[in-house]
Amino acid sequence: METMIKQKIKEVKKGDQSAFEDIVSFYQTKVYHICLRMIGNAYEAEDLAQEAFIRAYTNIHTFDEKRKFSTWLYRIATNLTIDRIRKKKPDYHLDAEVRGTDGLDMYSQLAADQALPEEEVESLELQSYIHKEILALPPKYRSVIVLRYLDELALQEIAEVLDIPVGTVKTRVHRGREALRKRLRHV
Amino acid sequence: MNCKKEAISLMHKYLDGELKREEERRLRNHLQNCPSCQNHFHELKRSITLIKNTGPTSAPSNFTANVMNSLPKEKKRKNYIRAMQRHPILTAAAVFFILMFSGIFSAWNQDQHVTVSKQENLEIRDKTVIVPEGVTINDDLVVRNGDLKILGKINGDVTIINGEIINGKPNGDIENNLDSSTLRAYTGELNEVNQVYEWVWYQTKHIVSDLFSFESDQEE
Repeated sequence: METMIKQKIKEVKKGDQSAFEDIVSFYQTKVYHICLRMIGNAYEAEDLAQEAFIRAYTNIHTFDEKRKFSTWLYRIATNLTIDRIRKKKPDYHLDAEVRGTDGLDMYSQLAADQALPEEEVESLELQSYIHKEILALPPKYRSVIVLRYLDELALQEIAEVLDIPVGTVKTRVHRGREALRKRLRHV
Repeated sequence: MNCKKEAISLMHKYLDGELKREEERRLRNHLQNCPSCQNHFHELKRSITLIKNTGPTSAPSNFTANVMNSLPKEKKRKNYIRAMQRHPILTAAAVFFILMFSGIFSAWNQDQHVTVSKQENLEIRDKTVIVPEGVTINDDLVVRNGDLKILGKINGDVTIINGEIINGKPNGDIENNLDSSTLRAYTGELNEVNQVYEWVWYQTKHIVSDLFSFESDQEE
């Protein structure tokens, strides 16, 4: 698969736009997934993932073919998503507790994005609860947790994607795990 | 072992897959004797399992198409290049025609001075080639970029390129006429070439008749 992707990247670099289609269809799920778990909203996730692919296409000439394409692509996606999260902050804090409630945050106020088939509601309720808990993490822990456990990247690769030292990745993974442990212990 | 510091940091090292054998032994021993750490370790592992099993999320169905549609348009030039790569025979044919026609056109445009195929016994005056009276040319004659005036005789084909034949009689009582039966100043064919497409046709015919000389003999 890696060699196929490499070949496609070469073709894109030569100016063959149609070769990019295979790259998109191969990575779309992963990239969308990263964006969705970090931003927590399907529409925004789609928008971000799309933007990430467009940026990858327009900047393909800056991609060093000796390196892993997925790392480079995830980096674009996570940077875009983190930027979006930062920009959203002044408007409202989803993490903030709703006044007059006990422990309810803004996430409990949001409607679910998708209509759910009834037989799956219960397990999906648990899943959406877990998603909420992931989203409740501060962005810097959220990004490492998403990359580590949802995309199952190695620590070294996360360090490359986020452009931070491996030591920092470890610290953030540890703190993220501890935070999730506290949030999910009652499930 | 200090639960808060050492044991928990060993747990995280374990979860990162970086625990050394000696450390693993120490952690196991500690966990066996410390229910609170056991519980902590269990909760950590469980939360990881929970977030890992959040179900597959596939991208929206038309995601790839949407991305492809919103990509910046490819440069036209590159399109042509790729089209050429895809149809090499067509490209070769196109290149052949371009070279052939550009050669012919440039030859047409460049030769603006008068040239005559046979210089002997001919007079050239102000872009007019004159076959003097009493002179007989026993060969084909080609005149380029000039008119032809026949006072004498030509035994052969006459080709005038970018010019015309002028009536040779001094009185001018016979109209300028290309019909060889009227003029009788020459035998054989008279060809006048005044337009580019005629020039092209002339060139092509020339090449063909050179290649298949027997064929052009039959035509004549």
